[in-house]
Amino acid sequence: MSYATFFQSNLLDSTTIVLLVAVLVTLVVFTALGQYLKRQPEVAIDQAIIRTFNNRVIAWLTIFVVLTITMTLPRVVTVVFFGIISFWALREFITMTPTRRGDHRTLFWVFFLFTPFQYYMVARLNSGWFDWYALYTILIPVYASLFIPGRIAFTGDPKRFLERTAKIQFGLLICVYALSHAPALLYLNLGQYNPATGVKEVWQGKTGGLLLFLIIMVQFNDMVQFIWDRLIGKQVIAPSVNNTRTWEGLIGAACLTGLFGMLVQLLLPVTPFTWYGSGVMALLISVMGSSGKMTMSAIKRDRGIEDYGTLVHGHSGVLDRIDSVCFAAPIFFHVTRFFLSMPQ
Amino acid sequence: MKQVSIAVLTMLAKFFSGATVRWVNCQPEECQRVYFANHTSHLDALVLWSSLPKNLRALTRPVAAKDYWTGGPVRRYVSSLFNPLLIDRKQVKVHDSPVDMMIREIGTVYSLIVFPEGGRNPSGEMQEFKSGLYYLGKKRPDLELMPVYIDNLNRVMPKGEFWPVPLLSSISIGAPIWLEPGESKHDFLARARQAVLDLKEQ
Repeated sequence: MSYATFFQSNLLDSTTIVLLVAVLVTLVVFTALGQYLKRQPEVAIDQAIIRTFNNRVIAWLTIFVVLTITMTLPRVVTVVFFGIISFWALREFITMTPTRRGDHRTLFWVFFLFTPFQYYMVARLNSGWFDWYALYTILIPVYASLFIPGRIAFTGDPKRFLERTAKIQFGLLICVYALSHAPALLYLNLGQYNPATGVKEVWQGKTGGLLLFLIIMVQFNDMVQFIWDRLIGKQVIAPSVNNTRTWEGLIGAACLTGLFGMLVQLLLPVTPFTWYGSGVMALLISVMGSSGKMTMSAIKRDRGIEDYGTLVHGHSGVLDRIDSVCFAAPIFFHVTRFFLSMPQ
Repeated sequence: MKQVSIAVLTMLAKFFSGATVRWVNCQPEECQRVYFANHTSHLDALVLWSSLPKNLRALTRPVAAKDYWTGGPVRRYVSSLFNPLLIDRKQVKVHDSPVDMMIREIGTVYSLIVFPEGGRNPSGEMQEFKSGLYYLGKKRPDLELMPVYIDNLNRVMPKGEFWPVPLLSSISIGAPIWLEPGESKHDFLARARQAVLDLKEQ
């Protein structure tokens, strides 16, 4: 591997930059709007909703500002950035999960071997003679899921054995494995179908656009669903899991996100998808993102906590912000790869 | 060199413990204080000390077990950095009790970090307080006695483990208490223990 390819930094092309700037401007406008609404006590919207809205908009703005900075740098920087997020989310997840003394050394390896190594492999995808992609896809689902119960069994504490191993494995799978597919998008070699001939040709765009498309669609879906649930939604999906998520919000957000995906591709094509393909992908992201939110809600309700942010006093709750990305990233990655991957 | 080592040490302690610090109804100040906390892990003293602002760290000495912190070159080196007051748990002399030693060592400058439960308890339940805190408050009524609740640090590094696991923990420091006139030892220790427990809920 030459270091020139390792540090290549062309993640953004002009279209992607325009989209990124548009998103940043929108978020700044939303931030200003939220701050304005906060100072208007007579507005007919509940103050608690405005407060949640403000927190989220500021979190999104932070994510996009950091992402903008990392994407102008070598792509390994974006990988490290997602690695840090994974590490932090896993911290929150395991902190919430009751583990026992016997799990301590297993957790040590989970944090300090599997998590960094997974991201190391992302940065090595498509480089060198070794097939890193093969190891990348099975390290955690296969090897870690065998290592975790094995290592815990050796400590000699059989109490709630399956439950403990399942929890650690699930945390690793969601927080690290699933999320690592987002920066892995940057390492795809993609083609694009020529509409005139139907032949797959090498895509000329930059992979930074794919990652941006994923994050924008996830955030758009979260935001639309949040507003729809609060202002229009009536039919709550599962009150014991989450008493704010409604069918109207779910379906409405899925439709709007699908349309938004088409719109983005027609105006600012940052992905190799066709306009309808882009709509289907956005729809897929929406469904997966909503599933992620519901799943994490179920886990939180089971543990009797509101937010990961309130888990330990003063922490901000990274997992609350990325749960939908975690669920959408692997599916988005694999569907893209399945249809559009090009041999090197 | 020592300054660099201290910076690295506090950074590591903060990273592994993921500790957030909350000052509940009180502020960090340079006056003489005794921070008394629940004891769940060997890291308690180090993490609590690291979580104080830099100017207070130089003035605050954790009271720690001599047998643990003199065991092996690494621990000896680490303990030379955070300047603990090492107490021999096995040989408690009558004429020179640990409380007398603490009072002598802090003079009119230093603050202390103490763990009145004595040892760590593996169950997580907080034990009864030992009487040292009462005598500290009685002999030096000017000291501010600050309750501290340390949450979740026992999972970061349980008893008998060498490597920590980087979970999230929190440290809550509450408003100071003093020994009331005429308050009995038992009542005071129960009140002090309750002050620590109350921080868990706040």
